[in-house]
Amino acid sequence: MKALVAVKRVVDANVKVRVKPDNSAVDLTNVKMSINPFCEIAVEEAVRLKEKGTVSEIVVVSIGPKEAQEQIRSAMALGADRGILVESSEDLGALEVAKILKGVVEQEQPQLILLGKQAIDDDSNQVGQMLAALLNAGQATFASEVKVDGDKVQVTREIDGGLQTVELALPAIITTDLRLNEPRYAALPNIMKARKKPLDVKAPADFGVNATTKLKTIKVEPPAERKAGVQVKSVDELVEKLKNEAKVI
Amino acid sequence: MSILVIAEHDNKTLNGATLNVVAAAQEIGGDVTVLVAGSGAQAVADAAAKVSGVSKVLLADSPAYANQLAENVAALVADLAKDYKYVLAPSTTTGKNILPRVAALLDVSMITDIIAVESANTFKRPIYAGNAIATVQSDENIIVGTVRGTAFDAVAADGGSASVEAVAEAKDANLSKFVSEEIVKSERPELTAARIVVSGGRGVGSGDNYHTVLDPLADKLGAAQGASRAAVDAGFVPNDMQVGQTGKIVAPDLYIAVGISGAIQHLAGMKDSKVIVAINKDEEAPINAVADYWLVGDLNTVVPELVSKL
Repeated sequence: MKALVAVKRVVDANVKVRVKPDNSAVDLTNVKMSINPFCEIAVEEAVRLKEKGTVSEIVVVSIGPKEAQEQIRSAMALGADRGILVESSEDLGALEVAKILKGVVEQEQPQLILLGKQAIDDDSNQVGQMLAALLNAGQATFASEVKVDGDKVQVTREIDGGLQTVELALPAIITTDLRLNEPRYAALPNIMKARKKPLDVKAPADFGVNATTKLKTIKVEPPAERKAGVQVKSVDELVEKLKNEAKVI
Repeated sequence: MSILVIAEHDNKTLNGATLNVVAAAQEIGGDVTVLVAGSGAQAVADAAAKVSGVSKVLLADSPAYANQLAENVAALVADLAKDYKYVLAPSTTTGKNILPRVAALLDVSMITDIIAVESANTFKRPIYAGNAIATVQSDENIIVGTVRGTAFDAVAADGGSASVEAVAEAKDANLSKFVSEEIVKSERPELTAARIVVSGGRGVGSGDNYHTVLDPLADKLGAAQGASRAAVDAGFVPNDMQVGQTGKIVAPDLYIAVGISGAIQHLAGMKDSKVIVAINKDEEAPINAVADYWLVGDLNTVVPELVSKL
């Protein structure tokens, strides 16, 4: 079966971001960009399913600026077979991204659609669920285990308080949690090979999607600073402060 | 303006997170209806009817809603939503699973993790692991959003006297099936709702040591226990105890971080706590920059001493 994996280009997880002085956005000039960690886990899961013989072809799709080709190549170096970039310089909302992905799914007809549970830049946690709704397909979010069995898939989900297992008919949408797997490192020969794999470039309009969102970001600010704390010298002093100054115990 | 709040529950008791969402709804202002979608959930609907500020409770009782499967519940909510201006749910795993599906069915954008209500259509939400706060304005006809519970003080669970109305129609979308559930049993308070949280990191050294050192402290304080991602990845404790951007977001009165360095990812989950205490042997640990009180020392001697003096 064919698997489609969506990946997003985001600020590297280890970068401490700064808000622009005009409060319009976060400053992304000269900041290291990477594949979103949850998306990387989705790619790894697809590659493992291919290694098991469950999946025969992995198509990776990214929606974003021209530079997102780098992230598609990274996914190919991990084992994806070909790529699609839907190029857009606009700041797309989750609904618009889901609508474009719907167009890609209808064109490619994959049985399994894998996404990360959230992007670490907008922290929305929406696209997979929206895509499932638009396709009228089953969804398994926050997956920590995926088992494909014929035309069904069993997914264990991380929920508040523990785990839940659901069964979905294929085609289905799965969004990955951190515990699903440990992504591999791309080996140099695979990075070289990835350069030769096919990559199609499309536009949102090719899927009939209008890229404007009705959700406007009107301001971005740094969070409130906490006031500086004090170092206590002993356990006695700590207990005294918690009881009499902070009054929390 | 009318607001539909999706209740969080386990078919028996109403989860406290719902009370925080009702508080956010009251800040927006308007008539608050609570939807209880479940199976055998009359007791939950009765509890919701007593919640202060709720004017009506809708009970959709059907086996199709027993396990909160997104495919079934989202179809129901989208159907009901057409009579409302707002649809809100808590930012729990259930709320985050269902609500984006509702929004897409309604063809509207959604707002995740609302932390402040600025006006009827303008809200604040954290982005980049809480390192920036975005103010967003929605021009949609129906505003759909999840609410971060720790950002709003819960309304009273009693004092209200709403009517309970049954929602007749129930459909099983037949796209998914519940198989099983594994809930971690704990005597301790729930992590996201606890007044005091004791968390351990890589510094505690092992799973055994985590329990030897931190259990007595949590017991003494009646605290919930948490952990950093490093402690979870090292296998010290199960992953539902993880506090951080990818784990749970907590904002207790007192957060005690033991052997936690304070990576960006962890701070995203706890830096809104009222009082933060750090116990760490490293004087330069980033956690000290957000701590109100920090003590440099070996946790294996400091924590037992703290227990004995409480």
